[in-house]
Amino acid sequence: MIQQVVRLESNQEVAEGLFLMRFDSAMIAERARPGQFLNIRTEERWSPLLLRRPFSISRVVGTSIELLYNVVGKGTKNLSAQRPGDRVDVLGPLGKPFGADDPFETAVVVAGGLGIAPFPFLTDYLEKKRTKILTFVGSRSLFTVDALHLQNVHYATEDGSRGFKGNVVECLADYLKKNRPPGPRLFGCGPTKMLGALSTFAQTHQLACELSLEGDMACGIGICQGCPVERTKGSKKYALVCTEGPTFDCRDIVLTS
Amino acid sequence: MKTSFSIGDVEFKNRVLVASGTFGYGDEVKDLVDVNKLGGIITKSLSWKPRDGNPPRRIVETPSGMLNSIGLANIGVQAFIDEKLPYLSTLKTKIVVNIAASSVQEYCDVLSLLEKQEGIHAYEINVSCPNVKEGGLSFGTDCAMTKEITARLRPLTKKPLIIKLTPNVTHVSEFARAVEEAGADAVSLINTLVGMAVDVRTRKPKLSTTTGGLSGPAIKPIALAKVYEAAQAVKIPVLGIGGIQSAEDAIEFLLVGATAVQIGTMNFIDAGASVRIAEQVREFAEKANLDDVGKLVGALDANVKYSVLQSWL
Repeated sequence: MIQQVVRLESNQEVAEGLFLMRFDSAMIAERARPGQFLNIRTEERWSPLLLRRPFSISRVVGTSIELLYNVVGKGTKNLSAQRPGDRVDVLGPLGKPFGADDPFETAVVVAGGLGIAPFPFLTDYLEKKRTKILTFVGSRSLFTVDALHLQNVHYATEDGSRGFKGNVVECLADYLKKNRPPGPRLFGCGPTKMLGALSTFAQTHQLACELSLEGDMACGIGICQGCPVERTKGSKKYALVCTEGPTFDCRDIVLTS
Repeated sequence: MKTSFSIGDVEFKNRVLVASGTFGYGDEVKDLVDVNKLGGIITKSLSWKPRDGNPPRRIVETPSGMLNSIGLANIGVQAFIDEKLPYLSTLKTKIVVNIAASSVQEYCDVLSLLEKQEGIHAYEINVSCPNVKEGGLSFGTDCAMTKEITARLRPLTKKPLIIKLTPNVTHVSEFARAVEEAGADAVSLINTLVGMAVDVRTRKPKLSTTTGGLSGPAIKPIALAKVYEAAQAVKIPVLGIGGIQSAEDAIEFLLVGATAVQIGTMNFIDAGASVRIAEQVREFAEKANLDDVGKLVGALDANVKYSVLQSWL
């Protein structure tokens, strides 16, 4: 775990409402694994904004780190206003990565909207291992991830403006009815409702499935105990998203929106 | 430059400690900070049995602050002894174990079990958690009950007994006096203030428990006034807590009468803040040509003639 103040190389809107931030950190680049996250803030004193904000590591290119985000509140608005050269305080890499080295043959990436954020990194990693990758991206309306490094992208939009008309889990179900990718493992990230549907689908069809969750957290390192997710089994009722996740086997957690 | 201070016969190397629930059990942050440079570590609250804590959502950011409703999630005293105390015992700083309970007997049981262990220097008693139904705030807002808990614990240990007070009362000085009379060695304040946030779109409270505890820089002015009030009322040391982000903030607490301070919420944002603040407080005293940081304690230059607070002391 590294805490470091870095200078932004770039921070710009790459598609409507979708921002890409890039900075250089050899130490984080060397340690980061797909599925991990960073907890960041923009200045030493950030008042009246107080806490760091957690973001998936979207991609590591050489020693550069990329984060994808959209503006949802004051924190991300503040972040989007930072210019190249501005300083950002970064803590990470944090959390449990995806099981990218586990034995499976086809990675089936399933993302809802900005849930696409961790997957360019996973795609890079799996390409090196020559693992087959399918990507399903869902959104309410047109949402383009053409600028991102992904493979075999299938779009689902609820208004039918691009690709499959319906939600991303329906799109995946439709695809799997017609195709049988060998040795699949699902990797999901997105809104809780979508992850719940994906979890149900995966368990019904006995497909291995890892989900990357969000949590409202303060520290990101297991101290504040702010980000519990209910477990399905075991003596402890909750797991912490920050240290025991953010990636979980879908069978281990209860998703409630 | 003397930086140390004592509670009873326990000497703390400097006047900056980390507050309960904001530093885990000390092992989570060892990559980020040299914990041996802290005045002391106050552990996450321990209860007799492990506690799962409250359902999500437990954390909400508010302007210059945060609301939490963790619900005293902790591993329980036995697991603490087995899994955490061996590491804490190796540290060259003072270990203060914080105890929370839902009955007077539970406080006594936890403390008695801890008394049999090596490596604990003092106890802080949490009678002021706003996020659990039994015990917690219902104890801390009842002066007679707060006093009774102190009186019952006092004969069980010779180690310093620090009672952590809630600001959710009219006059915290009454509570400070009561626990001093019952034999407490120090008081620490403030615990969080009861607060709330609402999602206007769903019309639901943002926290699962509706209300939670407000902490962070937003509460610092309130904390300073409460610490000032308590320090005027008692002779035992007062540990000041509430929204400290910088050495300047810490020094404000010392000036109003805090013998030492605890850093809380800031640890979530910057685990190294407390060590840095301790160092900068020392530098401030040096620049002021003092030979002891303690000379800042209570050195406030206030005209009591105009102080409203005097009327209820």
